[in-house]
Amino acid sequence: MTKQNTQPTRLYVNGAILGYKRGLRNQYNHTSLIKIKGVDSKEEVDFYLGKRVAYITKVSTPGGKSGTKFRVNWGRVCRGHGSNGVVRCKFARDLPPQSIGGRVRVMLYPSRV
Amino acid sequence: MTGRLRVLGVAGPKKAAKASSSSPGKSARYYPADDVPRPKHSRAKKHNPPKVRPSFVPGTVCILLSGRFRGRRAVFLKSLESGLLLVTGPYKVNGVPLRRVNQAYVIATSTRVDVSNVDASSIDDSYFARAAAPSGGAEEEEFFEKDAAKAAIVSDVRRADQKRVDAAILKVVDATPLMKNYLGSKFSLNKYDKPHKMIF
Repeated sequence: MTKQNTQPTRLYVNGAILGYKRGLRNQYNHTSLIKIKGVDSKEEVDFYLGKRVAYITKVSTPGGKSGTKFRVNWGRVCRGHGSNGVVRCKFARDLPPQSIGGRVRVMLYPSRV
Repeated sequence: MTGRLRVLGVAGPKKAAKASSSSPGKSARYYPADDVPRPKHSRAKKHNPPKVRPSFVPGTVCILLSGRFRGRRAVFLKSLESGLLLVTGPYKVNGVPLRRVNQAYVIATSTRVDVSNVDASSIDDSYFARAAAPSGGAEEEEFFEKDAAKAAIVSDVRRADQKRVDAAILKVVDATPLMKNYLGSKFSLNKYDKPHKMIF
């Protein structure tokens, strides 16, 4: 068996970072657009509103109490964007440009079920 | 609190005795101006206990979403005054002890276990309060010892309560086919799972 790279129990949905909220000529870095896997319509977005989103990066210098090599930028799903299941998210720190095309974890909490 | 209940102009025992023994016809020279000490009117608002989602009915099997028991299923017993939920694994089935969880980190399922015979009335928020650390000057050695991980000590009271509550639930769980396996299994998302389409 191959070594597992993820948590043995996955309690999050993967999302892809598409870019920032923008107009034709301006972009607004304070809000990121995220496509949640398996969500393809406006109606399906409803479940994810308010859910916490984690952008996880690996760093060379361990930090935090436990000396972890991962850094987490937490955010939240604010609202939908368009009609194809894309959502707008705000993060504690704006996502860096190199994050575009990367992954985020959309957690299942805060739960409303 | 003394300032709040201050009584103004009440005669002391000496003066009161003098007033009562004065000649008839004369009105007493001393009388309590304000005989009943009334507490000051407080404008402080009282908080109502937080509301718990209607999907939580005692006996609801729920899925814990974060913390060390993430993915585990547990039985909801009751909501506490703080708005936290009291759940138990049962401990014997999946290792989740009697513990409080925030409802934001819990998914309520439609599965129910009959918990009408479970008595959890003695368990409230104060039950989970940490015992105060023994005060007094800690020796240098002790100070460094604290850094080393200490095994958590479970008090006998908790152990007994866990046993008592679990015994009542297990009776029902054992009587329901597959329920024990269900509670013992972990919830996890698989490759093509869509939680927004799931009916929990």
